This record gives sequence, structure tokens and C-alpha cells, in this order.
Amino acid sequence: MQNAITLRRRRELITAAILLVLLIVLPLPFHDPYTRNLMILTLLYAALAQSWNILGGTCGQISLGHSLYFGVGAYVSTLLFVWHGVPPWLGMWAAALVAGLLALLVGWPCFRLSGHYYAIATVVVQEIAYLLFLNWDYIGGASGVYVPFHGQSWMNLQFRTAKLPYFYVMLGFFALTWIAAWLIEGSRWGFSWRAVKDDVIAARSLGVRVFPSKMAAAAISGGLTGIGGAIFAQFVGYIDPDSILSGPLSILIALPAVLGGVGTLWGPLLGAAVLIPLRELSSTFLGSSGSGVDLMLYGALIMVVALLRPQGLVSLFQRGGNGSTS
Amino acid sequence: MTFDQIMQVALSGLLMGLIYALVAAGLSLIFGLMDVVNFAHGELMMVAMYAAFTLWQVSGLDPMIMLPLVALLMFGIGMAVYRLLIARALAVRFNKGMVQIFVTFGLAIFIRGAAQMVFGGEFRAVTGTVLADRSWHLGGVFLPWPQLAAGVVCLLAFGGLYLVGRTEFGRALEATREDRDAVALIGIDRDRIFSLGWGLGAATLGVAGVMLAGFYYVSPNVGANFALIAYVTVALGGFGSLMGALVAGLLIGEVEAVTAQLLEPSLKQVGMFAIYLAVLMFRPRGLFGKI
Amino acid sequence: MAALLEIRNLSKSFGGVAANVEISFDVAPGEILGLLGPNGAGKTSLFNSISGEVTPDVGEILLEGRRISGLGPVACAMAGIARTFQVVRSFDSMSVRENVMVGAFTRLGSTRAAMAQADATMEFCGLARRADAPAHMLSPAEKRRLEVARALATGPKILLLDEMLTGLTPTEAQEGVALVRAVQAQGVTILMVEHVMEVVLPLVSRAIVLNLGRVLTTGTPAEIVKHPEVIRAYLGDRYAAG
Repeated sequence: MQNAITLRRRRELITAAILLVLLIVLPLPFHDPYTRNLMILTLLYAALAQSWNILGGTCGQISLGHSLYFGVGAYVSTLLFVWHGVPPWLGMWAAALVAGLLALLVGWPCFRLSGHYYAIATVVVQEIAYLLFLNWDYIGGASGVYVPFHGQSWMNLQFRTAKLPYFYVMLGFFALTWIAAWLIEGSRWGFSWRAVKDDVIAARSLGVRVFPSKMAAAAISGGLTGIGGAIFAQFVGYIDPDSILSGPLSILIALPAVLGGVGTLWGPLLGAAVLIPLRELSSTFLGSSGSGVDLMLYGALIMVVALLRPQGLVSLFQRGGNGSTS
Repeated sequence: MTFDQIMQVALSGLLMGLIYALVAAGLSLIFGLMDVVNFAHGELMMVAMYAAFTLWQVSGLDPMIMLPLVALLMFGIGMAVYRLLIARALAVRFNKGMVQIFVTFGLAIFIRGAAQMVFGGEFRAVTGTVLADRSWHLGGVFLPWPQLAAGVVCLLAFGGLYLVGRTEFGRALEATREDRDAVALIGIDRDRIFSLGWGLGAATLGVAGVMLAGFYYVSPNVGANFALIAYVTVALGGFGSLMGALVAGLLIGEVEAVTAQLLEPSLKQVGMFAIYLAVLMFRPRGLFGKI
Repeated sequence: MAALLEIRNLSKSFGGVAANVEISFDVAPGEILGLLGPNGAGKTSLFNSISGEVTPDVGEILLEGRRISGLGPVACAMAGIARTFQVVRSFDSMSVRENVMVGAFTRLGSTRAAMAQADATMEFCGLARRADAPAHMLSPAEKRRLEVARALATGPKILLLDEMLTGLTPTEAQEGVALVRAVQAQGVTILMVEHVMEVVLPLVSRAIVLNLGRVLTTGTPAEIVKHPEVIRAYLGDRYAAG
């Protein structure tokens, strides 16, 4: 069967394949750890935003507390590793499971809240988790958890100084989230969620079950985010509530999707590719003195993109991209 | 715990609750009007606090004397924010809800950066004023005068907001809230109402900010914490309800004080968050929610 | 022949205002039944009860003998009730094809099957040329067709059309009438609310006239137009045959 949709889907796959090849060779010419670090973080946030997008972009539920799943995922995987020597390749799936279940638990009461109420509720839930973890001394409390170095190994996802392996792991993670998003977009779920986002009354009249839809989206979104947390923990070697369960992190997870284009397939990657380097560079060159100029730049960028291109930067690449106001 | 200790906790919770209530009232007003949750609410209050601080630094006068001036300044800032940003955000065709969230978010970060740039990140404090470091001794209970004054002024401000609600302007606000498309038919300029509404919302922050500056540290991040409490308070009380903001604010203030006492201070917010979630489960629109 | 849809003594109030009062009638399988009445007669709110948006206060609605009142819009859709809305509710971020596919997904799980179903339905409704156009860019008449196509793609037993022909040019209205006839020919029962008497009366085999929430009268189109109460309801006392 061939129509506009199937052709577009094929184009997306081809683009993804080309992009994959490009990304595989991208870090090779750059040997300095700073650049490689930047690339790894960009891919991480692209993947996290892609996961967030599954809930926020397609279902229209704006979660501003997504670091909850990232942090919980990181703790689950890390503690399994530190206490029981479970390799992170297994730990990350435990992380996904716990984070996904947590997302269902949060979604159950919260999905009946409309728009803004829901967003605030997600922030509150994440803050509660933050406070609880901060005071939970059994798992480290405010001091966090150090990931002991067991020697260089792919099994444990630990490498002495090399950054390159982490890059490829992150690339793999991003590929996973992209494939998940691509599969969902073309599936019955994807259509249902977009319908719910556009007009929930019409969607219901066509038999779309809204609540189970949202729960499914939440579970997938949360689970994938949890995997990101597990990988991140092995990458940085240390986790604590401030770094992985914080409010600013929640925003940073959502932002690339918003900048790039909520609900789009490429938006999160594009948004991350612009936002993360910008943030890192402005923080390094403008922010180290605590001058706040980096924040002003960051804030201004958000406002400008939100107002001028609410469909996201992706729309700049689309033929006949629509303007933001009628 | 002795009776005095209980009273101490209860009363300080009440006073703080009044401030939370006023901060929430401004937020609720704006949301009730135009369905926009102002995620820069905390930062606007921070601006008010810095304004109070700077005026005190420059003039040596007690910030409370500056109250009308700061309130007026904030009124202007609120209107400006509406005209320059929010009006544009409302005109957007796609992703309306998200645009509003992120525009105000971007504003919040921008203001925080600006404060950091102008004032630096250190904590500032207003000291040596008439009320500073003095307390009212009521039996065995010590009520610091700055907090007491803050509570009283916030309560008066609530009264003021209620009276405004009874004026023609207040009725126009209510009408616009009820049916923002129809009001044009009866000659109400929606745009003007919105900008005045934002001005009023920001002005309440001016009042709260000035009073807070009397006993709270001023820093670029001070807004963020109050903002979260404000959102929780408004959601608990119900968007669009003034009474809801008052009741919820007092409740939150009390719960915070009690939790800090029973658990430990670092967990004091868990109590209010738990109450908030519990209420929302049974009343998704909040205690008095109209929207 | 057993009725497809039975409305039994249905009443519904909103905030103290009675929208529907003691409504009872049957819809026979395969017929086109008109639901007429002046503004505020309770037609759309009756639709909302049938499609599950709203639960009646009193009475029940049976589809093929099974009670569907109070089950909600999703269950009603799965049971075979599809509807259009008076104010078109298209999924604006999607194309025409994608809109219709959402309807097709009601009963189909695979994307491939939904695509095939959507293609067939768009062809049937004359939207095939516009298959990939964004829904929000359609003309008002095309949007009406999209509503019908989307509802039709769910494979319904009964289709509720809410003022589908209102506000169209004469040509568009004729095309709409042809579409409705074609839908009936496919075996779908139709219950249509209409305002524009001269367009709908030639189309329906029977009509029910509501006024002020109650059933005023039922009958063939010929009987309806001569009914003095009907004329009074629509045009006021001056015009009642006397």
C-alpha cells in the first residue's frame, strides 16, 4: 500500500538511517573530552525529550516533573549495581519497569486533572519524591550514591577515561527512544493519542478510550526515561537527589521537545542539538562568574521560540511551514 | 508539647499562611481571568522584594512606607508583561496551553538571570527597620513583629481584593472570566481587562513581596520556592476563587508549620504536598474551584 | 421488524432547565428518520443522550434490544452508534486521511486495515482527492463530509447526523442529500436533525418533531407540513392554518 503516510514513514526511516551513520562517525574526529561530553549530553537530552514527547507531545499531557522517572530509574539501577552487582544492562530494565509502574501510579489519579492542574500535580509529585529521597538515609540521602569503579568493562558500562563508549551507548538509547516514537506514531495508539490531544470529545465519540490511552503513554514515557537515568548513573559515577530528581532537570527534559516541536518525530533531537550546546557554552563563557547572563539568554530563547515558533524549530524545515498566528 | 508551643506553631503557621494566601490570590486572579497559569509568578514577587530592598537601601526608609510605590510599580510591570508577552501567547494558533506555560517559564528564568546579573547571587536582607528583631509577647508566645505586620497587611489586601471585586471593574473582571467571548458585545474591552487584571495580580505580589522583605532573605531564587507553594495553594483552593486562595493559604501555612514541628524542617513541604494531592483526588477542581 | 433504536420515556434536565421531556420513539433498521423542531426544542441534547455524551435522568435507550443509555460515548461507539457534531470537530493537526483512520481504528487494530478502510470511506464520501489535505484547510462543506466519513469509518449500525445540511449552498446541500441516500443504501440507519425543512423532508421516510423538549408529533413528511401545531411551533400563531 502506498500513500502519503506510508511514503512519509519510509522517508523518516531512511533519514534515520542516514542520521545514524552520521552520528556514528561524528565523534571520531573530536578527541577532547569536553566536546565528546557535550555530544553525549546532547544525545541524552534528545533521548529524554523523545521519551517525554510520547506523553506530552502525542497525548497532550504536559508533565513538568519528569525527572521523577529519571531519578528513580537511576537509583534502582545504581543500587542494584552497588548492592548486588547487577550489571547495568539488566539494571536498566529494572529501572524501566519501576519507572513505568511509577508513571502508572502517578497517572492514575492525575490524569483526571485538566491541563494546568495536571502540570502542577506532576511538579508536586516530583518534589515529594525529591524530599523523600533527600531524607532517606538508607539509600544515601543527601550524600547520594557513589558508583564504585570495578574496572573497565562493557558489562558494567564503566570505562576508565574513555568517553567514546558512552557516546555509542547514548546513541543506542536515543535510537531506542526514536524507534519507540516512530512505531507509536504509526500505530493505533499514535492516532488515538493525537485525536485525544486535538479534540477529546470527538475522539471519545469514535471509541477512543482516553484514560487507558494516557496510562499507556505514561508507562512507556516513564519507562524509557528511567533507562536514561540508569545509563546516566554509570556515566557520571555519582547520583544524588539534587542532580537527578530536581525541578530544573524536569524542565530540561521537556524543553528540547518544546523547542524542537512537541509531538514531532525530530523535534526532540533538533531541540537538544540547539539547546544543550547553547546552554553549556553560555554557562561556560557567560555563567561562570555567576553573572546570570546565561540564564537571561536561556530564558529569552525559550520565550522567543515559544512565541514565534510554537510548532517548534522543526517547522522551519517543513515545506510550507505554517506561521504561528492566523 | 506545651500549650504555648502549640500556639506558637499554630500562629506562625497562620501568619505565613496569610502571605501564601495573598501570593496565591494574585495567581488565581490571573488564571481565573484568562486561563493562563503564570509560571513567572514567583519571579515577579522576587522583583517586588528586590524593589523593596533597593528602595530601602537608597532611601533608608522602612520598606512598608514604600508599599504603595512598589505596588504601583508592580502594577505597571504586570501590565507590561501582559501586553508584551501574554497577549501574543494568547494569539497563537497551535499548542496554546504549552505556549503559555513555556513563555511564562522563559520569563521566569530570564528574570532570575537578570536579578543575578544586577544584584549578584548573595542573600540580601533588610535590617534595622522599626519592626525588625522585635516581637509581640502574647503569654508564652513570641510573634515577631515583621511577620505579624505582614499577616495583617495581607489580610487587609484580601479585603481590598474583595472590594475591588464589588466595583464595576471587578464585575467586568468576573464577566470576562465567565464568558470572555461575549463580553465584547456589551462593550468590555477584553484586552484592557486582561492587562488590568495582570496589573492587579502583580500588584498583590508587590504587597506580599514588600512585607516578606521585612523578614525574609532576598535572593534570585527566593521566588521559585514561593511559586511552588503558590501553585499548590491555588490548585488546592481552586483556580479563580478568592475565598479558595485564602482558605487554602491558611491551611497550607498551618500544615507546613505543623509538619516542620512533627517531622523535621527539611520535610516541612511534604505535609502540604500530601494534603494537596489528597484533596485533588476527591475534588479535582480544588476546594472552591470554579474553573 | 424489530426496531433498531428505541427511545423509551427519556427525560433530561440541565441545571433545572428541562431539555427533553418524556421522549419515546423507535427507529426502524435501514430508515432515514428526521428529527425536527425549532431552536431549543431539545434535538441536540437528545442526540447527546443517544451517543452517550450525556446520561438521561429518566428513561432508557435500547440499541437492538440492549440498553446503551448511560454507558458513555466510547461504549456507544463500540456498540455501533456514530455521530457528527453540529459544530464540526475535526482533528486539526491531522490530514483528512488520518482523521478518517481514527474512525476506522474503532473496530480495526492494524494500521494497514485502517488505511484500507479509510481509503474506501473517503472514496465513498467524495473526499479521495483531498485525502492528504490538512483537515483545518477544508472548506465548510468538505469539513461536513469529513465528519460523516469519519463517523462512517467506524462501521456503525446507526448514524446520527446533527444539522449536516445547514448553511450549505444549494449545490452543496444536494450533494449532501445524495451522500445521505448513499449511506442508507449501504445499510446504515440514519437519524438526522435538520433545520432546513425543504431539504430534509424529501429525504426522510418519517419525521419526529420536537418542541420545548417534548415530542410534538410524528408522521410522514406530507403529514408534518400540514400539521397546525408544527406550523405554530416554527412560525408562531399568525401562520397556523385557521
